[in-house]
Amino acid sequence: MNNNLLIKRILFFTSLCLLLLSSTIGGCVPNNPYRSSESNKNIFYKTFSEAPKHLDPARSYYSDEFDILAQIYEPLIQYHYLKRPYELVPLTAKSVPTLTYFDKDKKTLPDDVSPEKVDRAVYEISIKEGIMYQNHPAFAKDADGRALFTNITEKDLKGISEITDFPKFGTRELIAEDYIYQIMRLADPQLHCPILPMLENYILGLDEYAESLKNKLAQIRATRKADAGLTYNQSLDEKKNPIIIDYKKFPLPGVVKIDKYKFKIILKKKYPQFIYWLAMPFFSPMPEEANLFYKQGPLQAKNITLNRFPVGTGPYRFEKFNPNMEIRLKKNENFHGEKYPSEGEPSDKKNGLLDDAFKTLPLIDEIVFKLEKEAIPRWNKFLQGYFDTSGIASDSFDQAVTISASGGARITKIMEEKGISLSTSIMPSTYYMGFNMQDSEVGGYSEKKQKLRQAISIALDYEEFIEIFTNGRAISAMGPLPPGIFGHKTGKEGINPLIYDWDVERKKPVRKSIEFAKELLSEAGFPGGRKPDGTPLIITFDNAWTGASSKQTINWFIKRFALLGIQLENRTTDGNRYQEKLQKGNFQFFFLGWFADYPDPENFLFLLHGPNGKVDFKGENASNYSNPEFDRLFKKMENINNSPERLKIVEDITKILRKDSPWVWGYHPVSFALIHNWVGNIKPNTMANNTMKYLKIDRELRENSRKEWNKPNLIPVLLFFVLLIAISLPALFRIWKKLGYSKKG
Amino acid sequence: MLNYIIRRILYAIPILIGVNLITALLFFYVNTPDDMARMMLGEKRLTPAAMENWKSEHGYNLPLFINTKEGGAGILTQTIFVQKSLPLLWLDFGKSDRNNLDIGEEIKKRMWPSLAIAIPTFLIAVTVNIFLSMIIAYFRGTYIDSWGILICVVMMSVSTLFYIIGSQYFFGKTLRLFPISGFDTGLSALKFLILPVIIGVLSSIGGSVRFYRTVFLEEINKDYIRTARAKGLSEGKVLFKHGLRNALIPILTNIVAVLPLLFMGSLLIENFFAIPGLGSFTIDAINSQDFAIVRSMVYLGALLYVLGLILTDISYTLVDPRIRLE
Repeated sequence: MNNNLLIKRILFFTSLCLLLLSSTIGGCVPNNPYRSSESNKNIFYKTFSEAPKHLDPARSYYSDEFDILAQIYEPLIQYHYLKRPYELVPLTAKSVPTLTYFDKDKKTLPDDVSPEKVDRAVYEISIKEGIMYQNHPAFAKDADGRALFTNITEKDLKGISEITDFPKFGTRELIAEDYIYQIMRLADPQLHCPILPMLENYILGLDEYAESLKNKLAQIRATRKADAGLTYNQSLDEKKNPIIIDYKKFPLPGVVKIDKYKFKIILKKKYPQFIYWLAMPFFSPMPEEANLFYKQGPLQAKNITLNRFPVGTGPYRFEKFNPNMEIRLKKNENFHGEKYPSEGEPSDKKNGLLDDAFKTLPLIDEIVFKLEKEAIPRWNKFLQGYFDTSGIASDSFDQAVTISASGGARITKIMEEKGISLSTSIMPSTYYMGFNMQDSEVGGYSEKKQKLRQAISIALDYEEFIEIFTNGRAISAMGPLPPGIFGHKTGKEGINPLIYDWDVERKKPVRKSIEFAKELLSEAGFPGGRKPDGTPLIITFDNAWTGASSKQTINWFIKRFALLGIQLENRTTDGNRYQEKLQKGNFQFFFLGWFADYPDPENFLFLLHGPNGKVDFKGENASNYSNPEFDRLFKKMENINNSPERLKIVEDITKILRKDSPWVWGYHPVSFALIHNWVGNIKPNTMANNTMKYLKIDRELRENSRKEWNKPNLIPVLLFFVLLIAISLPALFRIWKKLGYSKKG
Repeated sequence: MLNYIIRRILYAIPILIGVNLITALLFFYVNTPDDMARMMLGEKRLTPAAMENWKSEHGYNLPLFINTKEGGAGILTQTIFVQKSLPLLWLDFGKSDRNNLDIGEEIKKRMWPSLAIAIPTFLIAVTVNIFLSMIIAYFRGTYIDSWGILICVVMMSVSTLFYIIGSQYFFGKTLRLFPISGFDTGLSALKFLILPVIIGVLSSIGGSVRFYRTVFLEEINKDYIRTARAKGLSEGKVLFKHGLRNALIPILTNIVAVLPLLFMGSLLIENFFAIPGLGSFTIDAINSQDFAIVRSMVYLGALLYVLGLILTDISYTLVDPRIRLE
């Protein structure tokens, strides 16, 4: 073989490879992460960044999990998709349940009765008839009508790794007992229901019921331990042979079945906010068959559990569950045909949100949640059209959004050209800096201490903080209540007059000056940030901020305190130590946040209720704030429905809180979402989670956009190969020559 | 040789018990069961009673090594160490702290995506690296050698993270030739494997080529190579038949020891490409502080490493007939 022939062969082979590559790639969209069979299908693509921890409605308490769960399980009631302020509407219940109050003599009391007169508060709930569960092997029956999949062995599960792999399915009608069963499950000590301690305060007999289940569990374990002797290993034993507690064997007087479709929930005190809990996944129906089915050892060993494979009546069911890759929901064939709402806010009609009124839900056939752990690939795939909606990571913020001089957020031109729109909504949450009210330096209720905390509140310029650290994605808080919650006020009426002045011309609040804060500090007994004995006032700041940008944030706080002459001593620690410090009250100044469970002021103000103090009562009041007047008003406000009277109480409470300043009120985050123009019917709803049934997709537009945006670019590849060949040729020749093949050829 | 292998396996047992003990100490002293309960239950509405309940449900309410409340052997058996750590010895990994998953089952599922990336990466990387290092070694002292070493040093200096993000940007976003990230099952997984494999190979070139080059250079200068040349063998035969075979012992030490660890997956690549392998399993467990999984993976890593060392010893006998394992 001579050199020319060699060159020719190399060039021929390279050209062939490139030709093959270009013909394979040129005709399709090679970067499409989905199977070609999915193209043009009515599928909504969403991402998740972490595998869901719990999908059991008794345990799940995270919004990411609710995003999945709420499409499958159906509580009794739901939030209206379009109406604002948020309104509860029936879902599986015939109507939104209302409380009836009774005194000790079982006489009915009026709605506005004072709480101390109420002996029992009763919800009588009727559910709709004919609602069917999704098809599921737990409901499959043999010829004699007995459950088909009981006493499953490992052998039976050969080739089965998901629920959809089972050979037979069944369904059955939703009945009142399923709701009762779920409420009983909430007390199961094996499930760690996060809201059980709260529910025990309200549902009649739930505390005793939970104790009975706990005792039963301990008894079963003690028996098993005695039988197994020295080799007893609780974890291994229950892995093979899970413990099933027969809930129905223990009395729960607070939940009573009336008939097949009707049941009662009896509360031992007045608690109007209980209705909101009924709209959360905790109160989803749970068929007993499902619980018994999943409690089989071989299934648990295969990780086929109720915590991973929900069984519901909702618009979707699990088709594929691989939480490490993809969660695929498919339209539930047995869904009861809920209709798209026909009413909303006045602007909804103009925005096309009522175009699908009365259409049968869900409008999308499948929902695919794709695991994307890292922000960069997630963002790029959204821009390529492979995800239908996206949040905005701080790295991509400038590429997606511009903030105008007036502070308003607008989508950038590049995004606009791609047809991407921006949707913003203020989250029902508050991030705040708190003082330990039991601390001798920063705590206390004297006027001097109030002034010290007010001065610090002024110095911590949250407008600046929001601009620097959140890309403007938040609004300064004027009190504990975020917008959208009853009692929150906007404009001049809503400002915190101790921290802000109202700028009449610009019609916006303006933070009081540092000089004013210094004066307050002086009046508090710390002129120039010095104690009466002349030593500097040092305040410790506890936090668990260990992330990359934490240092800048902490430095910002130190600088703001320094403006008053106060030394802020940072005490960053890990999450566990931080929680421990909060529990023991070993701190002065701290950071926390709260995301609302439901849209009621009680769900925020209870964070400052004295009997909820963290140190003394192990509650959620991390500031350990305890003001008798606040506590009195809170109890009053807690037990009445939204009314001018309630509004007045919230106003009074807010005044007290602002004066005491146990928190620096911080900010309410604003959520930014980007949406491709092929997605329809999107309206931010920060309370509802079951909103995917309302969405729609313009499949043709999406398909065309994807094709247009993802044409492969082969020129750099060709150039690279040409360059590689050019660089390699001299070396190849030399090798060839040295190896001595040319002589032999 | 069989005796030797049995002896090595028996030696491995105390090592593994030691690993087990150190792991238990490390995990349970540094991170107490209270910390674990707090992490797993979350901050919202957390009560001390709920923490106690969680510990009792997961068997973390027991003492670590000595249970004075129990009588007889229960003093030792009813402890966290025996209940949680010892079963690892017979590969019973138990359940995850975070969501009660059967860890063994998850490992079985997740090893396949890891292997799907690790095996082609390993094979291609070994072939490419040996080939390149032989060429560079052959042209020692020439411009090919100098440039080759320079490129290797540059490639070694670049972080794997850069290879990942850069390749995702260039091949996935700019050229639009491969999906930026993701995974699928069956044959559909192929398109997701190309980019991670390219990155795996690229990121290994710098270090490996330099190491193999040194090994080859040592061999090339030996007497038997000179003899082979003097016999009139072609340079190709000298290099590929004689040189390569004798250079294999140090290369094997390097390769076979890591062979079982391929199973553990790549932490960074799997995380960035959202590949559901064991690497991302470990990272997820670390992030969520699921110490039952981390403990299992640490133990598994140690076990595979010991296995790798035994395999290395066996492989010596295959490539060098002078070595006998007794």
